[in-house]
Amino acid sequence: MSQPARRRLSAAARSERLTALLFVSPWIVGFLLFEVYPLSMAAYYSFCDYSVLRAPVWIGAMNYTGLMADDVFWKSLANTGFYAALAIPFGMVVAIGLALLLNTKVRGMAVYRTVFFLPSLVPTIPLAVLWLWVFNGEHGVLNTVLATVGVKGPNWLSDVNWSKPALILMALWGAGNAMVIYLAGLQDVPQEMYEAAELDGARWWARTRHVTLPMLSPVILFNGIMGIIGALQVFAEPYVMFPGGAPARSTYFYTMYLFDNAFLYHKMGYACAMGWIMFVIILGLTLLALRLSEKHVHYQGA
Amino acid sequence: MLRRIVSVAAVLLIAGAVWWSEKITAIPASRGPVEVTYWEKWTSFEGDAMRAVVGAFNRKQKRIHVKLLTVSGIEDKTLMATAGGNPPDVAGLYGPNIPQYAEDNAVIPLDDYCRKYGIKAEDYIPVYWDNGLYKGHVYGLCSTPETTALHYNKRMLRDAGLDPNKPPTTIEEMDVISDKLFLRGKDGKLIRAGFMPAEPGWWNWGWGCVFGGKFWDGKSKITANSPEMVRGYEWVRSYSKKYGADDLQTFRSGFGNFSSPQNAFLSEKVAMELQGVWMHNFITMFAPKLEWAAAPFPHPADRPDMANTTYTSEDVLVIPRGAKHPNEAFEFIAYVQSQEGMEMLCMGHRKQSPLRKVSRRFWETHPNPYIKLFTDLAWSKNAIVAARTPLWPEYNAELGNAFDEVALLKATPQAALDKVQARMQPKLDRLLAVQRARGEEQ
Repeated sequence: MSQPARRRLSAAARSERLTALLFVSPWIVGFLLFEVYPLSMAAYYSFCDYSVLRAPVWIGAMNYTGLMADDVFWKSLANTGFYAALAIPFGMVVAIGLALLLNTKVRGMAVYRTVFFLPSLVPTIPLAVLWLWVFNGEHGVLNTVLATVGVKGPNWLSDVNWSKPALILMALWGAGNAMVIYLAGLQDVPQEMYEAAELDGARWWARTRHVTLPMLSPVILFNGIMGIIGALQVFAEPYVMFPGGAPARSTYFYTMYLFDNAFLYHKMGYACAMGWIMFVIILGLTLLALRLSEKHVHYQGA
Repeated sequence: MLRRIVSVAAVLLIAGAVWWSEKITAIPASRGPVEVTYWEKWTSFEGDAMRAVVGAFNRKQKRIHVKLLTVSGIEDKTLMATAGGNPPDVAGLYGPNIPQYAEDNAVIPLDDYCRKYGIKAEDYIPVYWDNGLYKGHVYGLCSTPETTALHYNKRMLRDAGLDPNKPPTTIEEMDVISDKLFLRGKDGKLIRAGFMPAEPGWWNWGWGCVFGGKFWDGKSKITANSPEMVRGYEWVRSYSKKYGADDLQTFRSGFGNFSSPQNAFLSEKVAMELQGVWMHNFITMFAPKLEWAAAPFPHPADRPDMANTTYTSEDVLVIPRGAKHPNEAFEFIAYVQSQEGMEMLCMGHRKQSPLRKVSRRFWETHPNPYIKLFTDLAWSKNAIVAARTPLWPEYNAELGNAFDEVALLKATPQAALDKVQARMQPKLDRLLAVQRARGEEQ
């Protein structure tokens, strides 16, 4: 009884599946052509001596062993790790803080929300050039402001101890994107929960701690993962602001070394190996974040 | 069923329309002149100068039409276009690109063309011919040449009680003059400097050569940490120690863009600077009243044999591999190499000519009062050129990093340069091994 029914269904299903596949085909073709193919080729080239213009020559794991012994590789990885370790939590705290503030009932809230979101619309390159002047050691706005409160600001751009913090500070400028997502998450928190908590005598902090943050946790996880991906791939700002990772490679990030290997040194195989290592690192961190979050992320209705 | 036929027909119709529209809008293969595409990096008056040369070439004959395109990031784009099989016919690269692009097969050798058109080494000031060579073959021909000299502010020297017509001839003299010109404000901040090794910062990799150092032996040995190289970096460090690494950095961070009236030399914040033949253009543009002069860069007192050091580089014209019209491309390059084309271009750039034969009119009408000096310097046996190896971009980055570490007092000159040596020698060894394996030894 069930067999013929299935066959009958499968005829219809097959046609439906074909239609579905046809509809999805632009994406499938694009994915195969622009994602799978380049990724696989990059994996292949990472085992080759390849300068782009000459035919690749298979050299086994030499690129990988070379990277392990390359001080600049480790330096760029350490710089990137340092940047990510500070930029992600800072960005998160600022974005959540702003979202909480902008979720209160104040007149003209739409204006405030726009104002705080606006900075993240500024394109990267003009932004980087603008911040070069903010951080300028001699005439910079930041140091001028610091001087008014009696603090002698450092040479943000040319002191090896301050160049990375400068970039981390600057990254906060783009908190608007994450903020909007948090804001949407906040709007989603059921009012009943707050009311219930209030009836139980919970004050603002207790409500935030026990209602808002748990309800916001899926959004925090999402933004956290996007933050990891973004921070580990930081490129345009330091590339524009600190040519060659100056001063003394203190701002030489992973992607900059990768780019230089590929396009300046014509060592595409080496660069591909770096790309794959970064891919594995990001994949690992993302899986780790998902695993760690299992206990702490609360999905509504789950 | 009907629906399926209709939908398939619609898809075919759209595809057909796309194909047809591509076909009717395609530029028809004309029987007119051969179009040679030429990518060049220059903008502003430098771009205009080349545009004038291209115009003159296009008017001179009917067979070839050169189309000049201004392209930013020319090295990367030429590389990618060549890899993609659709390069321009002529590209204007930088001289130090030649070994790397030749090694990678990105550009074609021009020896046969040079023979055919009678272009030979004897026509050029040697360094400008040599910069286009790799492994004994010609890969690039000079478009415009460069040399550097000490530029100094005569008024500032005079005000400090020095003879403005007696520029320093030794490094030690320069250090003394420089010291007299360093000035701090009431808050202790630097407000004026005599000379700064980090300014303009374009030759941070080369100070060792001023003291007699060499980048390598030209074959198989990197010599980044030779005593002469270390001495150069020690001199760099002496400035950081004397005036404070931080103070120098802060002072320098307040300098405006190079191409602006806030340029440190033009705004009289720095009295002496190593600068190239182009500096004159910027002086006339932004600070026409500046009292300045140029002189050969000083040499260490105990090394009179190191007199007349100068950084020489050049822009080069190359034919990328896979260019559609290499013959026509070279005909244009040959025109640029002619005395007529070259003088038009170099006059437009207000640089010297790389050719030995120069018309009297070129000398007489050249706006730069020191053009003879810059030309003579190109003949100097102490001309400093980037190491002619495909590894130069990496070597350059390592030396620049070592300069940073030394100038910021993060490492001793010896330690910083030992690190460069330890990084670069294995890279060179490997390159040579790869070349041997390919049977392409030098």
